[in-house]
Amino acid sequence: MAGQVATGSRSGLRSALPLLVPAYLWLTVAIFLPLSAMVFFSFMTELPLPGKAWSFTLDNYATFFSQPLYLTLLAASLRLGLEVTLWCIVIGYPAAYVLAKVFRGRSREAIFLLVILPFWSNGLVRIFSWAMVLREGGILDSALNAVLPFNINIDLMYSYPAVIIGLVHSYVPYMVLTCYLTLQAIDDSLIEAGRSLGASRLQMLKRVIIPLSMPGLVAGAALIFVPVVGSFMEPRILGGRTGTFYGTVIEDQFVAVFNWPLGAALSFILLAVVLVILALASPVLKRAA
Amino acid sequence: MATTRILEWCGRLYIWLLLAFLYLPVIIMALMSFNVSPFYQLPFEWTTEWYASLWQNDQLISATWNSIEIAIISTIISTVLGSAASLALYRYEFRGKKFLQALLFPPIAIPWLITGTAMLIFFFGVGIGRGLFAILLGHVALALPYVIVVVSARLQTFAPELEEAARSLGANQWQVTSRVTLPWIMPGVIAGGLFAFAVSFDQFVVSYFLSTPGQTTLPVEIYAAIRKGFTPEINAVSTIIIVVSMALMLLTARFFKFGGEK
Repeated sequence: MAGQVATGSRSGLRSALPLLVPAYLWLTVAIFLPLSAMVFFSFMTELPLPGKAWSFTLDNYATFFSQPLYLTLLAASLRLGLEVTLWCIVIGYPAAYVLAKVFRGRSREAIFLLVILPFWSNGLVRIFSWAMVLREGGILDSALNAVLPFNINIDLMYSYPAVIIGLVHSYVPYMVLTCYLTLQAIDDSLIEAGRSLGASRLQMLKRVIIPLSMPGLVAGAALIFVPVVGSFMEPRILGGRTGTFYGTVIEDQFVAVFNWPLGAALSFILLAVVLVILALASPVLKRAA
Repeated sequence: MATTRILEWCGRLYIWLLLAFLYLPVIIMALMSFNVSPFYQLPFEWTTEWYASLWQNDQLISATWNSIEIAIISTIISTVLGSAASLALYRYEFRGKKFLQALLFPPIAIPWLITGTAMLIFFFGVGIGRGLFAILLGHVALALPYVIVVVSARLQTFAPELEEAARSLGANQWQVTSRVTLPWIMPGVIAGGLFAFAVSFDQFVVSYFLSTPGQTTLPVEIYAAIRKGFTPEINAVSTIIIVVSMALMLLTARFFKFGGEK
């Protein structure tokens, strides 16, 4: 009985271990060991299959740095991530503000749920649904032609804008969620005080509201930017031939070209980029916590 | 304050526009699954033939069962393991606790493309290979951090004095857990479980790298079909998926408030 009221750090760990081990063992086997294996693998010449000779090499990384194609594609993916993140801020932040400061009570809860709901529904299906809207003779095309007096031809399918639209649609609920959480925490009386002291709406926004909601903005931006840089399904479906990005090249190494060591090296480089971005974002997030 | 009123109305209008942006494509996609034309041509003519033909598609049906089975099994495993871990992280103080909590972040934050290809390499290397078992291993790992985060959030609202009180009244550790702590965190456990189900059922990227032609899940099958060409059959199965996953999340929301208000 006495041991249960654990205060010392060592006995605490002893009681905690049986509860912790199953979950963390699983995470180790399915996440952490694979990530380490990927690093190891990226320095190999061949798949370590029986009967195949393999050795350690830096060639996979040399390929990345010597062929401009890969650097260009990584840059294209980073640019895609940046553009999608910016659009998500532009569209999502005002929505989060309205939700936090204009709507009240039950209607706020209901609408917040409606905005968040698609994010947790199937991403693949949502990307596919844009194909219905954007293709030539699709809904956007037909609707605009029915309304406008002149004939236009909208065929956004298989283009860069189509990829952007699909990704923004996929990720904007994330931005609304993170910004809403920080905006909602800002005391209304603070805003009233600022206004009564003569600050204009724009000044309040610049000096008070945006700085206070910065953690939400940064969290949203990081959580959107990172997966978008690694996206491959969305550009494949909506981008067609224009949809070649860093993620699709990694996909190719594993499912089409079967150059796994190169794929591992490309994945690891992406992981490094991702970690740098998360590290840059973390001071702002820590300040919030 | 006329300006304030006008601004508020603009805000409301803006939210409705955002909702239209979020939902219209999905609604159109669903409508097209009830349209006769195989090329999505208008005018709209009602039919359920695309749903009927789904039943003839054995590949799709077997993939659907795989998806459901894997989602159920990984939900059970991740909910049990995750809840146990959250309880340990809540109840005990020990060195390295912060580190263990930080370890939950990478599986959520690292793009699935990286996690998926890493799993493929590792499982291949140690002899697990690809297939349904590998997919299950992966899904549980992806769901675990979500379960732990959700259950831990619920535990934050728990008063440790209740455990103390039960103990001083003579309850042993097991009784304290099963009669006092578990009933309190149940809404969190259920929400975590529903999250886990959604993570598994909607998971595409990781399943995609770990599946083989015979052993695959529904999203992987749909991706293959989309890349072959668009058919209203894809719309039909997509409509079913989106209805199921949205219903699941609505259910989750009943148990867990996303807004952060208690």
